[in-house]
Amino acid sequence: MKLTGAQIIWETLIQQGSTTVFGYPGGAILPAYDALYDYNDRIKHVLVRHEENAALAADSYFRATGKVGVCMATSGPGATNLVTGLANAMLDSSAVVAITGQVASHLVGSDAFQETDIIGITLPITKHNFLVTDINELAQTLAEAFYIARSGRPGPVLVDICKDVQQKSVDYTPVTSVELRGYKAIKPQPQKSVADKLAQAGALIESARKPIILAGQGIKHANAHDDFKAFVEKSGIPVATTLLGIGVLSEDHPLNLRMMGMHGEAYVNQAIAGADLIIAMGMRFDDRVTGNLKTYAKNARVIHVDIDAAEINKNVPADVGIVASLKDVLPPLTSMIEKRSYASWLAQISEWRGDTQSHDILQVELPQDMLLAPQVIRTIYDVTGGEVTVCTDVGQHQMWQTQYFQHKRRNQLITSGGLGTMGFALPAAIGAKFGRPQDEVWAIAGDGGFQMSIPELATVAQEELDIKIAIVNNNYLGMVRQWQELMHDRRYSSVNMWSPDFVKLAAAYGIPGIRAKTLQEAREAVQMARAHKGPYLIEFSVEQETNVFPMIQPGKSLDEMTRRPIQPAALGGGMDTVAR
Amino acid sequence: MLIDKIEARANPTTHTLVALVENKPGVLNRVASLMRRRNFNIHSLAVGETEDPSVSRMTIVIDASKTNAALVERNLHKLVNVIEVQDVSNMPTVMRELALIKVSVDDAAKRGEIKQIADMFQSRVVDVAKDSMMIEVAGEETKVDSVLSILADYGILEVVRTGRIAMARGGK
Ligand SMILES: Cc1ncc(C[n+]2csc(CCOP(=O)(O)OP(=O)(O)O)c2C)c(N)n1
Repeated sequence: MKLTGAQIIWETLIQQGSTTVFGYPGGAILPAYDALYDYNDRIKHVLVRHEENAALAADSYFRATGKVGVCMATSGPGATNLVTGLANAMLDSSAVVAITGQVASHLVGSDAFQETDIIGITLPITKHNFLVTDINELAQTLAEAFYIARSGRPGPVLVDICKDVQQKSVDYTPVTSVELRGYKAIKPQPQKSVADKLAQAGALIESARKPIILAGQGIKHANAHDDFKAFVEKSGIPVATTLLGIGVLSEDHPLNLRMMGMHGEAYVNQAIAGADLIIAMGMRFDDRVTGNLKTYAKNARVIHVDIDAAEINKNVPADVGIVASLKDVLPPLTSMIEKRSYASWLAQISEWRGDTQSHDILQVELPQDMLLAPQVIRTIYDVTGGEVTVCTDVGQHQMWQTQYFQHKRRNQLITSGGLGTMGFALPAAIGAKFGRPQDEVWAIAGDGGFQMSIPELATVAQEELDIKIAIVNNNYLGMVRQWQELMHDRRYSSVNMWSPDFVKLAAAYGIPGIRAKTLQEAREAVQMARAHKGPYLIEFSVEQETNVFPMIQPGKSLDEMTRRPIQPAALGGGMDTVAR
Repeated sequence: MLIDKIEARANPTTHTLVALVENKPGVLNRVASLMRRRNFNIHSLAVGETEDPSVSRMTIVIDASKTNAALVERNLHKLVNVIEVQDVSNMPTVMRELALIKVSVDDAAKRGEIKQIADMFQSRVVDVAKDSMMIEVAGEETKVDSVLSILADYGILEVVRTGRIAMARGGK
């Protein structure tokens, strides 16, 4: 069958099962969009309002569904606009295929109109990228792109396709196998060495008295959450999760201590600092998780399991490093160990935990007319029953989301971790809603981050997407203000933010909304949002200078946390710095 | 004999990686980009064709005092176009470098001396001009270093070094 290059693009997408595409047309990708006209019954193309949001939506679509997210853009400015989204997918290991148009092959290198070297630009922020100048290589290359994106440690792959390649025709047969000479999804190693390492890990677990599991999103990528639960329950070992690992085990599970790191609860970090064995699974010891590496978990032996060999010994040296999918490691490890419970270790941790609860902001009597951002998160949790999918932006509200919302399943919290991309929430909610249309999807953003993605309100309106948007408005770039308060002597430099009337703004897009200034109003607003079928926006006006605690300040050790004040600052409470 | 001795005291702070990569446009760029991005310190990188025209061979010398060679190796593995990587530092390996050295010479006596030096190091004079000579040195880098330090007294005009190339001894 003779097909044009443009048709081959859509045929490949259908074959790969990725029939939702987030994109934006333009000159060099015109042939693909022309062909799309005849594929509209099989491909859903979502016209975003900025290409960055196409990439972010595709990233979120992957996180929500496990299927490769696809985004598309034209050459030059279209392609460069993808950059932030691709970097986001790279740092958070999301399988995304980005397809860009490029100037005709005979013009490459001539500074033709809208020519940019997007291959060079995206080299360090993609798992791999391809320039296609020959139609005979197009189908194979696209199949390779999907394979590379989703296999091993997932990541973004960009395919830059010259305009003439899209226009030419070739005999097309669907690609059924991919053979890449240099690519191995997992670095190959002798069977024996894996078995030996498992045995070593088993022995370390056997002799530990204060073990802890550090769980990351590698468990999600391996689709191994059931195996993980079985391992946790048999081993009796408590679990701390990374930000992206939230949901690998329900947060109401008695062995789930919840999130670790810079804004993790104090008892979680205390448990890590006090552990004699760390079992790290599908996580990479990011600096936001470890604090000062020199003092990190000094007394612990370390077992590190990751699918990416280059993560072993990168930041924290491992006594036993296992390079494998958790799907292959967890079952044998579980059958190897004995069922145990660490009564005195768990008792020690729950003592620390009790202390945390007495510090909790929600335990404090607050004036009726005051609304704190953490209360907004808790209200959404309470009113919705906590079953909704939440896409956050980046900043204080994001951290409060981790603290005041109990996530019960994987894919429930979709958030930008490694890159910390402001403007993520709204495009992420769009991607998640297309991926999981049955879910109630909430975008929760600060007033700053939301203003980076306002244009996507039009996408929400045009697609009539039933997304609930919560803006936590503290009139500041809250997280930056917090750092300036704590580390720069309260010299507030360019963090005070004027914002439009968000409710009126939503109205201009035909999206109803309401403002909430008290806890009572907040509850009612969330109820109204849920009762409305279709998109709805709530602007929560919250106390302006609430800080996120606990906090490990940069360069500090896990056990040098600044704790929550007994009273919030707005009520005259100071900070409680505890160095244990 | 001499060469073997120099080999024996191979610089302990360097690691030598041999990478077989697909011979495709942009692959050198990918390797170089990785080194820069991860802040890996490299001494030299030599690339050339192999017995298989679809494969190129890179010899990468790493400053092991600043960079963890195992991490470099594992990161190279992740590049889609890299077929195979081997750290040959602790294997019986032949390592060589080629250098061209141009020395300023203006009288016949000195010309003779330089010829003698070249002979001592089993090197060759490859060009003689009115006021200069060019020497070709092949061997371990330490040998090239020695020749350079001796020739320094005569006034070195220009030097080019290929960087290390390496091949493990014995069958494949
Ligand atoms: C694109 C981008 N620019 C800048 C930053 C740095 N930054 C991190 S948090 C933050 C403040 C976010 O403020 P806001 O969106 O109002 O959320 P809040 O912290 O108040 O909840 C900034 C500017 C970033 N993470 N991303």
